[in-house]
Amino acid sequence: MTALRARRPDARLVACLLALLAAAIALVPAPAPAQAVRNVQPLEFRDRAEEQRFHDLTLELRCVMCQNQSLADSDAPIAHDLRREVFNLMREGRSDAEIKEFLVQRYGEFVLYRPQFGGSTLLLWLGPGLVLLAGAVVVAVVVRRRAAANAAALDPVDDGQEW
Amino acid sequence: MNAPLPAGAPPTGGRRLLAVLLVGGFLALLVLLAWGVSRSDRPDRESLPSPLIGKPAPEFSLPVLHDPDYRVGSADLRGQPYLLNVWGSWCPGCQEEHPVLARYAETKRIRVVGYNWKDEPADALRWLEQFGNPYWVVVTDYEGQAAIEWGIYGAPETFLVDAEGIVRWKHVGPLTDRIIDEVVAPMVDELEAGR
Repeated sequence: MTALRARRPDARLVACLLALLAAAIALVPAPAPAQAVRNVQPLEFRDRAEEQRFHDLTLELRCVMCQNQSLADSDAPIAHDLRREVFNLMREGRSDAEIKEFLVQRYGEFVLYRPQFGGSTLLLWLGPGLVLLAGAVVVAVVVRRRAAANAAALDPVDDGQEW
Repeated sequence: MNAPLPAGAPPTGGRRLLAVLLVGGFLALLVLLAWGVSRSDRPDRESLPSPLIGKPAPEFSLPVLHDPDYRVGSADLRGQPYLLNVWGSWCPGCQEEHPVLARYAETKRIRVVGYNWKDEPADALRWLEQFGNPYWVVVTDYEGQAAIEWGIYGAPETFLVDAEGIVRWKHVGPLTDRIIDEVVAPMVDELEAGR
């Protein structure tokens, strides 16, 4: 009996592991565009301030290969290259805005985690506000209507109905 | 929940309008989401539109794979359109598109320039030996520095540049016969006709 009992969780554990494995296989991402692998020398910063600026800037930039990671987080080879480029541009004395513009000119607005305001991004910026406004209008209409209906119900003399 | 309304009373116009708006909005949202989902299985869903289209191709001068002492660059390629194909021996997608590219290159409609990106020259040469060399010339960018100017972020990528050196078209991912027949060939014919 005890042996049977001991075996049971085992079977369940195996089943559990199999399920996990199946889930892991199912979650393997579709083959991404190929990337070269190469060791890259780490960047050497002059001081904390420079490192901080670099870190802040690369957090604002999106990795073009692994599109849900920032340039700071990504380990894709192209991210290495772009970090080095950002670093070199910083050393050349370019401002953050100029560095962003440099990347936008080559890779498009997509690289900015905070897209510029205006043109094709207007809906992106204003959309949530518009939806919120629409919701507020709906709520206001509903509330006002209910209030009116309640008032009518409380004061039957005022409404001309016969009940 | 609701205020007591006379039973059987017809809904007022405003109430009906509100209901129509809510249901309509919900349906519109559903359609929007369904559209998003239906687009999500495009093979090129992660490809970025190139901001270089319609602009001059970046200036470059890179060593030739088969003779590194010799360099070829944008200035040398001007005067006739060319197809710039970014590849590497490490790239499975490049292997996949290779027969497609070779077939089109054989028609000699346009010069097909190989852009060997972040690759060991020995590996690249072996790859061409093995699969065949469809390229008019192959330039090498070992460090990937010049590739940033092109906005290259993966391989394969393919650019169409016209005789004046203007980037006309870019494709991210492996080329297919369909892309060649329906997009590239007509554009190349158009470029030739316009000259």
